[in-house]
Amino acid sequence: MTDPVVHAAVFYVLAAFTVVGAGIVALSGNIVHSAFALFATLFGVAGLYAYLSADLLAVVQMLVYVGGISVLVLFAVMLTSGLSDTGHTNPAFRLAGGIAVLLAVTAGAFVAASAVPTGVESAVAPTTGAIGDALLGPFVLPFEVVSVVLLAALLGAVTMARGWKKGGAR
Amino acid sequence: MHEAAPVLQDFPLLFLVPLLPLIGAVWNGLAGSAIQRRFGRAAIHVPAVLLPAGSFAISLWAFLALAGQPHGTALYNHLWTWLPVGTLQADAAFLMDRLSGVMALTVAFVGTLIHVYSIGYMRDDPHYWRFFSYLNLFMFAMLTLVLGDNFLLMFVGWEGVGLCSYLLIAFWWRDREKAAAGMKAFVVNRIGDFGFILGVFLLFWGLMTTPASRPVAAAHGGKAAAAQHEEGGAGTCSATGGTSVTFRCVEQLLQDPVKRDRLVNHDIAGVGLITLVCLLLFVGATGKSAQIPLYVWLPDAMAGPTPVSALIHAATMVTAGVYMVARTHFLYTLSPVAMTVVATVGALTALFAATIGLFQYDIKKVLAYSTVSQLGFMFLAVGVGAYWVGIFHLMTHAFFKACLFLGSGSVILGCHHEQDMRKMGGLRKLMPITAVTYFLATAAIAGFPFFSGFFSKDEILWKAFDSGNILLPGGGMILWAIAAVAALGTSFYMFRSYYMTFSGEYRGAAGGAGGPALQAAGTDPAHGPHDAHGPHDAPGALDAPGALDAPGSNVGRGPLTPPPDAPGSLDAHGPHDAPGSLDALGSNVGRGPLTPPPDAPGGHGHAHVPHESPWSMTGVLAALGFLAVAGGYVGLPHLWHLPNAFEAWMEPVFAGTAERVTSAGFGHGVEWGLMGFSIVIAFGGFFAARWLYKDAANPVPARLLASGSRLVQGVHRVVFHKYYVDEAYDATFVKGSLGLSRALAFWDTRVVDGLVNLAGTIGCAFSFLQGAIDRVFVDGMVELVGRAVQDAGARIRRIQTGRIQAYVQGLALGALALVALAYLLAW
Amino acid sequence: MTIGLPQFLVVSGALLALGLYAIVTRKNAVAMLMGVELVLNAGLLNLVAFSRYGGGLDGQVFALFGIVLAAAEAVVALAIVLQVFRAQRSVDAAKASQLKE
Repeated sequence: MTDPVVHAAVFYVLAAFTVVGAGIVALSGNIVHSAFALFATLFGVAGLYAYLSADLLAVVQMLVYVGGISVLVLFAVMLTSGLSDTGHTNPAFRLAGGIAVLLAVTAGAFVAASAVPTGVESAVAPTTGAIGDALLGPFVLPFEVVSVVLLAALLGAVTMARGWKKGGAR
Repeated sequence: MHEAAPVLQDFPLLFLVPLLPLIGAVWNGLAGSAIQRRFGRAAIHVPAVLLPAGSFAISLWAFLALAGQPHGTALYNHLWTWLPVGTLQADAAFLMDRLSGVMALTVAFVGTLIHVYSIGYMRDDPHYWRFFSYLNLFMFAMLTLVLGDNFLLMFVGWEGVGLCSYLLIAFWWRDREKAAAGMKAFVVNRIGDFGFILGVFLLFWGLMTTPASRPVAAAHGGKAAAAQHEEGGAGTCSATGGTSVTFRCVEQLLQDPVKRDRLVNHDIAGVGLITLVCLLLFVGATGKSAQIPLYVWLPDAMAGPTPVSALIHAATMVTAGVYMVARTHFLYTLSPVAMTVVATVGALTALFAATIGLFQYDIKKVLAYSTVSQLGFMFLAVGVGAYWVGIFHLMTHAFFKACLFLGSGSVILGCHHEQDMRKMGGLRKLMPITAVTYFLATAAIAGFPFFSGFFSKDEILWKAFDSGNILLPGGGMILWAIAAVAALGTSFYMFRSYYMTFSGEYRGAAGGAGGPALQAAGTDPAHGPHDAHGPHDAPGALDAPGALDAPGSNVGRGPLTPPPDAPGSLDAHGPHDAPGSLDALGSNVGRGPLTPPPDAPGGHGHAHVPHESPWSMTGVLAALGFLAVAGGYVGLPHLWHLPNAFEAWMEPVFAGTAERVTSAGFGHGVEWGLMGFSIVIAFGGFFAARWLYKDAANPVPARLLASGSRLVQGVHRVVFHKYYVDEAYDATFVKGSLGLSRALAFWDTRVVDGLVNLAGTIGCAFSFLQGAIDRVFVDGMVELVGRAVQDAGARIRRIQTGRIQAYVQGLALGALALVALAYLLAW
Repeated sequence: MTIGLPQFLVVSGALLALGLYAIVTRKNAVAMLMGVELVLNAGLLNLVAFSRYGGGLDGQVFALFGIVLAAAEAVVALAIVLQVFRAQRSVDAAKASQLKE
């Protein structure tokens, strides 16, 4: 990665991939298309992580988001509806769509105008060991709490997905 | 040096003495009605008699234990700290020293006997259980009074006996007259109680506002204080403050010269503080012990059942005042004025009541006035500082007066609730045991030699004569003279009652053929000719004596009733007399409604003969009769060079003040002379009564009444009406307070209420104004706010659509606004 | 042209905007969830970027927690969506408004 042009090219490819995917997610009329576009977007974000030399996060993003959540979303799409009937944007919220775009424009203008410092790149180093130390060191309490949250989410999801049997018993 | 503070010996069972009757009272009071209905009367009276008997047993045990201790010991039982108020502390604690020991023993003993007696006397009363409950409650209160170790506990008992006397006098409360008698006793007692508590307050005010000059405990030092400290905190007196309310601590404090001087020399409105305290306490005593001027309730209290009369009004309650004065002897000896007042009031009451007793026809009224008179003797004794003699007379009086009362109860029961002595006579043959015991007790009260009353009364007379503490001119001799006349009267009217009741022939309401012969003899002095009112009497034939006689002839007999066999009966009073005659008027004075009671005299169609009472009554009479004779032997006169056990027994209690009781210094010769004079008095009264009233054979009283001069008439009239004291009280205090009440009521309704109403009207106007302001302005504002909120809510609630996306939109817009703000600010 | 923090922020901003747009406009609850995922990813990307450019490792740790929570959120949210679908035979978020005032 010595060549700054290549460097930049890689970034822009990844960024474009991500943003285009997100655009399809947001704008596509077909929910299935949206789902696959989300798949792509998440993949792109994983690439950006890698670009930012966050190797562990990139892998986690791949495993959890791309491998887990996207598949989940796909299943949900297939379970809940016909393939394309409800994907259309809600006409009542066209105005909101405009506002969202305005937000994006404003944010971009903000970024461009306020000369955000580029920042100093940290040295490139493997992060896995350091994050592991941090998780079991200063972040051990959030770590444990998150594990409990996961358990609760798991149980809650199972309970809810099982649904109500007839006769009133949960 | 004297030992004021007794050595306290713990006796943990002492509290049972008052407690046992209380248990009985509560038990019978709460469950008695049901028990009597289900299990009969025995289930009522067995516990009601056994519990006071247990009380007596424990008293006796304690008394014997006390007797085994050295002089100056007292049994003590501390239960709990009752009222710790600031530095003042009152404990619920009982103390039996030699004085309260004698009292408790007497009270428990006589009380138990009267309980036994009541089994027979109240046999037919449907409220049997209530009666026994009250009796037990009375025992509790009286024993608390006697054994309480401080002023406050004594006051509890003091009030308790007042309450019980009210309950018991008004026991037959359906009869308005009796209920009123109870009320009268209660109100009069309240007056006295108020004086008592005022005296206590004043005493403690005096003690607490005076600093002690030195620690009192150290002052008399020695063994008593040391032993006391070993006893521990419960029974000890505070060494510094005048803040304990126990008798012995006050006595100790008064040994401190500073405090004593303060009490003696501090004047309030020209009267020494100590004198004021003593007089106020004595007001309490006059109420409870029926002395002038508060004696009026006692004769009326005879409306109660006879055992009540015996228990409360002869043997126990009325002696509370005497006991209290003896208990607080350390106060009275400091004030010669108070002593003089006590002695004088006692002597005057003795004479006054004795004269009233001379002309009464109701057997219980005679005994009532005799009680008042004897209590006067006791106060005379304690007033001259002869405390042990007062208590001695109290004890002997408890025996013989209880015996007399119970004897009269036996007579009344035997004569079917007849109380008029003119309708008795000849009962000796019919009721021999009653007659004998009544005679013995009469002899005792009259002061026959070698009977118990002789020893105590003669000692009182001698102590009064010999007293050096009396401030009256002539010293104790005046009091002695008054008391001697009273004693003569006592002897006379008591034997008069005996002869009228027991000698001669039966003059009772024997309907049918037997009656006229007896009555027509016309020998009954006060009774004969005037009793023969009948239909054949001309309406105008009533002469003056007969009119005089009339009220008496109905006193205590209960409401007037037309007998069923009226036309032929010589006993027929009232309705058959001419309407408007003096008799008819008089016979209705102060009486209740004319309702026929079930046992109205003359109401029985068949002839009835008095009968002897059941064994439970006669047994008690025998026991009391024995004691009336023998009870005096514990206190033989010094003159005879025989041991006086009673005085020796009491000596340590009063040792602390003995030095302040002085003698006028008369020699033995005078004492012998007085004793002989006492005997002459006793026999004089006896022979006079025998001559006039035996067998109803002497015409003198009748002739005296019938044709006597204006003077005799006047005297008789005044004395017969009890000197019009009741009427005077009615005219002054009752009418006065009624008038005052009316005046105050007028003031209240016209002036005070007017002001109040005016203020109310103004307030109403203001309120109306304020209300208007409230409605228009305040409410308007409030409603404005409320409406604004409601409207705003109605509008704002539309935002809350339930659509997540709308919320997110708002969220995004908010975030956008924040970003814009930050952007603008940063710019 | 060097790639620095501003470029990442722009990408992140784009993701956020598109995600919000999806949330606000989509009728389908599942599609809304997708928008949520986009918004989350925008945030995580920011965290990682700040971490890279002078923030130390904490940003990455937070991003890790964020991913975990996102997973939990996704699971629960999809379960809810399934229930709503079962109850209403539809996943129209606009119709699931019985809880409104």
